[in-house]
Amino acid sequence: MTVAPDHKPTFAKMSLGEQLDKAMPVLLIPILVVLGFFAIGAPSSWLTLTVSGLAMGMMIFIMASGLTLVFGLMDVINFGHGAFVSVGAFVGVSVLIALGGWTGTPSLLLNIAAVLLAVVAAMAVTGVMGWGFERVIVKPVYGAHLKQILVTVGGLIVVEQLIHVVWGPDEIFINRPETLKGAITFAGAAMEKYRLLAVAIGLVLFIAMRMVLRRTKVGLIVRAGVENGPMVEALGYRLRMVFVGVFIAGSALAGLGGVMWGLYQEVITAGMGERMMVLVFIVAIIGGLGSVEGAFIGALLVGLTQNYVAFLEPKLALVSNIALMTAILMWRPQGMLPVVKAK
Amino acid sequence: MSDPILTLDNIYTDIAQYHILQGVNFTVPRGQVTMLLGRNGVGKTTTLKTIMGQWRAKSGAILFEGRDINTLPTATRARAGIGFVPEDMGIFGDLTVEENMILGCTSGPLDAVRKDWLLAAFPALATFWKSEAGNLSGGQKQMLSIARALAEDRQLYLIDEPTKGLAPAIVSTMAQALRELKEQGASILLVEQNFSVARALGDSAVVMDDGAVVWSGAMAELAGNKDLQEQLMGLSMEAH
Repeated sequence: MTVAPDHKPTFAKMSLGEQLDKAMPVLLIPILVVLGFFAIGAPSSWLTLTVSGLAMGMMIFIMASGLTLVFGLMDVINFGHGAFVSVGAFVGVSVLIALGGWTGTPSLLLNIAAVLLAVVAAMAVTGVMGWGFERVIVKPVYGAHLKQILVTVGGLIVVEQLIHVVWGPDEIFINRPETLKGAITFAGAAMEKYRLLAVAIGLVLFIAMRMVLRRTKVGLIVRAGVENGPMVEALGYRLRMVFVGVFIAGSALAGLGGVMWGLYQEVITAGMGERMMVLVFIVAIIGGLGSVEGAFIGALLVGLTQNYVAFLEPKLALVSNIALMTAILMWRPQGMLPVVKAK
Repeated sequence: MSDPILTLDNIYTDIAQYHILQGVNFTVPRGQVTMLLGRNGVGKTTTLKTIMGQWRAKSGAILFEGRDINTLPTATRARAGIGFVPEDMGIFGDLTVEENMILGCTSGPLDAVRKDWLLAAFPALATFWKSEAGNLSGGQKQMLSIARALAEDRQLYLIDEPTKGLAPAIVSTMAQALRELKEQGASILLVEQNFSVARALGDSAVVMDDGAVVWSGAMAELAGNKDLQEQLMGLSMEAH
């Protein structure tokens, strides 16, 4: 093989500024945590608020990850995503109520088994529901954003009304399983057990999703599809099948998020998913549409900011997330780690 | 002439309200390099995208291995054995060079012998194997785009302007790789503006104008006739 002799590729080193710019989205989390430490002053309060913020962020991430991938892959804006959160919560809570004997005893094994069954049921139901939602509601409006917004909002309203039909119009109060009640004390700070569990589940899920996206062929196809779908098709992959799979997985994750959020709030309503959508969209937008890593960072920033601000200046908590989104979009108009740029 | 691997029979393609292809007819002989030539905007890229299914022909037939693929989805056409290198290269910039190459293999892992051949043909890819493809230069991206299409053996390769905007050194690397592919007996439909590359590689040529084929024949015949070139394309190919 003869090769032109004067073409010798070399690595170009990134300057310090470029490296810093690339790492900045990840660095924002420790920067915010440190700022929170100095602003709050009391280490125990800071630790409690940080754990609470991380737990909230993890739950929002679980709900937002599916939405951002769905948008990235097929350019679909699904305002009906909140329906899966609500349905997941109601199904999960129904299972927990049915297993009241397991949740009412102070047995970690039985409590975890009950929560696990509730999660599996919620994810199964919302996964199937996602499949139907995609076929009936989303599929006919591919490529038409305005129609997608109208139709998916309509779908959300229908699902909320169906929840009223099945479970009644009233909110349902629930008790967490016995061993997940209360808090543990560390360094003088009280940290709710359930919030620690939420942080652990969120972390495990993020790592699992990252491994699937980075280490498997399906993950590669999803990442490539988010960036340039037509080219993935031209290589021989049926992107539509992948999209349906991602939609189902995203719906199931929203269902999981619904169960976790319901147990976090200890009350569920048909409109809870709709209300969560504001935070979910903020996370997807500031993270960069199509980016799971971006959604993860964005969710943690939202959770931490809301908790710190609510402690420091309660009135400002109402606008803290909008302010955060505005600041990040002024810095990076496409979000922190956008991957949907080829479209 | 060997039997055709691809035949376009009276293909019409519209993009929005524009009638881009207006009755395209030509064949690509098996085991040969067919050059698709013509001025800018005459429909060459649309022809390749129509074959690939990225634009749908509103009428006509696309016979690949004797079977009409006109109604098949893009992915099915690719799996039937058509490799595609688009004009914009279609590189996944957030993925590494290695990951881009893995995606080029739909039926299994990248064959070691084939990988060695491709990395020998395009050494830059070996250097940047674990790097994000978005950081590659334009020439390196073009190399990756072609290498990815060649990652698996395909019956037909559609390649759109592989040397466009590249430095001469990289053009020669590219031409050498395509020459080797040709020597292996591959069937190629190549859109190319570089005259020396077109003359060196092409067995036959199809010239388009205004969305239709205006001439087809042996590449050598077209390359040796400046009057014909000026008549068909407005200027001689050497002027490109």
